Amino acid sequence: MAEELFEIEESVPVNTVESFLRMERMPHIWCPGCGIGTTVNCFAHALETSGLDLQKVSVVSGIGCTGRVAGYINLDSFHTTHGRAIPFATGLKLANPELKVIVYSGDGDLTAIGGNHFIHAARRNVDMTVILINNFTYGMTGGQVAPTTPLSATASTTPYGNYEQSFNLPYLAESCGAVYVARWTAFHVRHLTKAIKEALAKKGFSFVEVLAPCPTLYSRRNKIGDGLDQMIYYKDNSEIRNGADTKTIPLEFQGKIVVGKFVDKERPTYLDAMNEFYQQKLGEDYIPYKG
Amino acid sequence: MKADPKGVLTGSHFLDGDHSCSEGAIAAGCRFVAGYPITPSTEVVERIASRFPYVGGMFIQMEDEIASSIAIQGAVWGGKKAMTVTSGPGFSLMMEHIGLAAMTETPCVFVDVQRAGPSTGLPTQPAQGDMMQARWGSHGDYGIIALSPNSPQECFDLTIKAFNLSEQYRVPVMFMMDECVGHMTERVVIPPADQIEIVPRKFYEGPKADYLPYKTNGDLVPMMVKAGDGYNIHVTGLTHDERGYPSMTVPTQEKLIPRLVNKIKHNAPKIVEYVEDQVDGAEVVVVTFGITSRTSIPAIEQARKEGMKVGHLRLVVVWPFPEERIRELASRVRAFVVPELNLGQMVLEVERCVAGKARVELVGHPGGTVHNPKDIYNVIKKSAKG
Amino acid sequence: MARVEIKIGGFGGQGVILSGYIVGRAASIYDNKHSTMIQAFGPEARGSACSAQVIVSAEPIAYPYIVSPEIMIVMSQEAYTKFTPELASGGVLITEEELVQPHNLRKDVKHFSIPATRFAEELGKKLVVNIVMMGFLTAVTNVVGKKAMGQAVLASVPKGTEELNVKAFEKGYEYGVEVMAGGVPA
Repeated sequence: MAEELFEIEESVPVNTVESFLRMERMPHIWCPGCGIGTTVNCFAHALETSGLDLQKVSVVSGIGCTGRVAGYINLDSFHTTHGRAIPFATGLKLANPELKVIVYSGDGDLTAIGGNHFIHAARRNVDMTVILINNFTYGMTGGQVAPTTPLSATASTTPYGNYEQSFNLPYLAESCGAVYVARWTAFHVRHLTKAIKEALAKKGFSFVEVLAPCPTLYSRRNKIGDGLDQMIYYKDNSEIRNGADTKTIPLEFQGKIVVGKFVDKERPTYLDAMNEFYQQKLGEDYIPYKG
Repeated sequence: MKADPKGVLTGSHFLDGDHSCSEGAIAAGCRFVAGYPITPSTEVVERIASRFPYVGGMFIQMEDEIASSIAIQGAVWGGKKAMTVTSGPGFSLMMEHIGLAAMTETPCVFVDVQRAGPSTGLPTQPAQGDMMQARWGSHGDYGIIALSPNSPQECFDLTIKAFNLSEQYRVPVMFMMDECVGHMTERVVIPPADQIEIVPRKFYEGPKADYLPYKTNGDLVPMMVKAGDGYNIHVTGLTHDERGYPSMTVPTQEKLIPRLVNKIKHNAPKIVEYVEDQVDGAEVVVVTFGITSRTSIPAIEQARKEGMKVGHLRLVVVWPFPEERIRELASRVRAFVVPELNLGQMVLEVERCVAGKARVELVGHPGGTVHNPKDIYNVIKKSAKG
Repeated sequence: MARVEIKIGGFGGQGVILSGYIVGRAASIYDNKHSTMIQAFGPEARGSACSAQVIVSAEPIAYPYIVSPEIMIVMSQEAYTKFTPELASGGVLITEEELVQPHNLRKDVKHFSIPATRFAEELGKKLVVNIVMMGFLTAVTNVVGKKAMGQAVLASVPKGTEELNVKAFEKGYEYGVEVMAGGVPA
């Protein structure tokens, strides 16, 4: 695994990522050891080799630590309200279907306050890529319990430990109709880069969950070390199981992590379904919607 | 610029206010509508859903009003003219995104077909209880524009105006209908497309390297670009500088927020619109808006028949409020009578502008139906006697 | 022409709202008058009480609700009981003959009745009952001209049903003319 890390460093010159960042906004706000920056690095590499026309790529974020990604990416980028990146992205994509729209946000943003939008965008199969950085907590507000916080883990609002069942996000996404579902960690940079690239190439609602350390608020509070310790935990406890039944891969506190690509299927997107349906129903009177 | 003839149903129609609003939106060039069903506004989106496939529009019924009110903003940054449609409970849910639209200067239209509240209230009955919410409902300081139609014809005409104002000032515009106007059916004359004036979006066309998304030139309104144009714009609800970058400092806040307020405040003389009837020389001026302007007419006519000097000032644009005109009248008239289908909202603005120089009488009503003109007449009569 | 207020009441599915719509459309689009229609219906789509209120006037209409209707059409017993007390003294009351028993009929109103549902069934479709009613209304009142009403009916009914609806309208109209001439006991 460590060799993989090394390989990617070697094969891609480091400074190529800079052109994807608003360097005038550096330094960023993320803590030392935070995993979000690593995922942005992977995202930039994925974009670089994606063949996409970068002028037509938009990044949409909600609020939170990961929500700040939109602000650092040197593309059209939208930093919206808490939980609402997906409906904003839905409007953006449907207004101009030529755009490649990526939602880049955190677990609390996308699955607590934004949970309703998440399930409906997946159900409609709106053509967008959702990259969800799961650090198991609300980092920006000080480490409160999230729908992703594993049972028994402590958070500032579950000071004696969490007693709520957490989401198994790949299972949720698949159940709702996502056409591409993968889970990786901030340790798996090469796999993650590849997964993002695949998700970007996929037509429809593609979903990549990325586990990432929050050393300041999650790891420290739970006495599981710093960012590096979390990377070691990811390395030692991850099992790559492509095609795994998403029902079987919930996360447990410091438990085994099943990573891989779980879903890769075809289904008409919201827009294609609408155009096709109306063409059948309304015939020549229908003006196919192209944005 | 003139309206796209493809969307304009030129001719005389017998339409209700909701449907007429839909036609106004289509004529205005709106091609993206996101909404969630709620009485008594649903007919607006139903008509949009049936008409859009024939005019190249995109209607999406979102999972809730929160989603609707931000999907339209995504669509605007994708290049569309867009609106959402709701009623009280949904309008309450949309408040955060009215603030987002104000902060990011995203031109869009929020239609609120008002019903009696608070909470679920009377879903199928009229009220005008959201007037202050329309102005102040989101947190923080910002400016918006609100219009109040009193007939299906105005639901057509003023919806177009709402879109035009939103583009001109890059603000969310509130279209404050009510159940009575929304469900009232009357003749609506839709003019030929070449007689409908449309304000196009002010897109930046200068050199790319010089573009600053939030830099203004004199008129307090910055030029827009859209996603995909190659400007790598950043749009955020955080306090931002002219580049659009978050800048959470007092100087940035002190520069940005007053501009958001002042672009409406300073342009108010150009934006305000009201209709006056026999206001000059009046001893009592009845200030109305929306459906109340019509229920007041029998009362005003009766009072005039009895020799009272009664003027009628109807707000067409409700926000910004015509402060100057009310101040001017305050020194000349004995009293202002303000009937509204709420227990006292716009009357507070009248009182503020009158500043004690004349009497101000509210004719409040909790909604559920419209005023009995007799109740308005009685207050006019009492006020005329001084 | 002064303001005339019309109320049409019945149960959902009888085309009450469409009737109001046709009267208003006839007056405001085809008869050079002003008209305002307001509809009220219960929460259920079918079978519950519903009513349409229409105002027709030569002058622009300010107050949009009816206060004291001069013309009332009732197509259900419930509507009869609920609405007839509102009818203005000297007003015209039109009832569906077989659906409404005019108990305690007010002496200060002019009453006409028509077996509109039966006529509609005879024409082959019960659904056109409201159009039969429109023909009858046109004949027994002068609220809107026959030509304008005919145009409004044609413009308001579903495509492909025009012929049936014109027949229904004519049937109601002829019956009304007969009633007015004293040929049928009202």
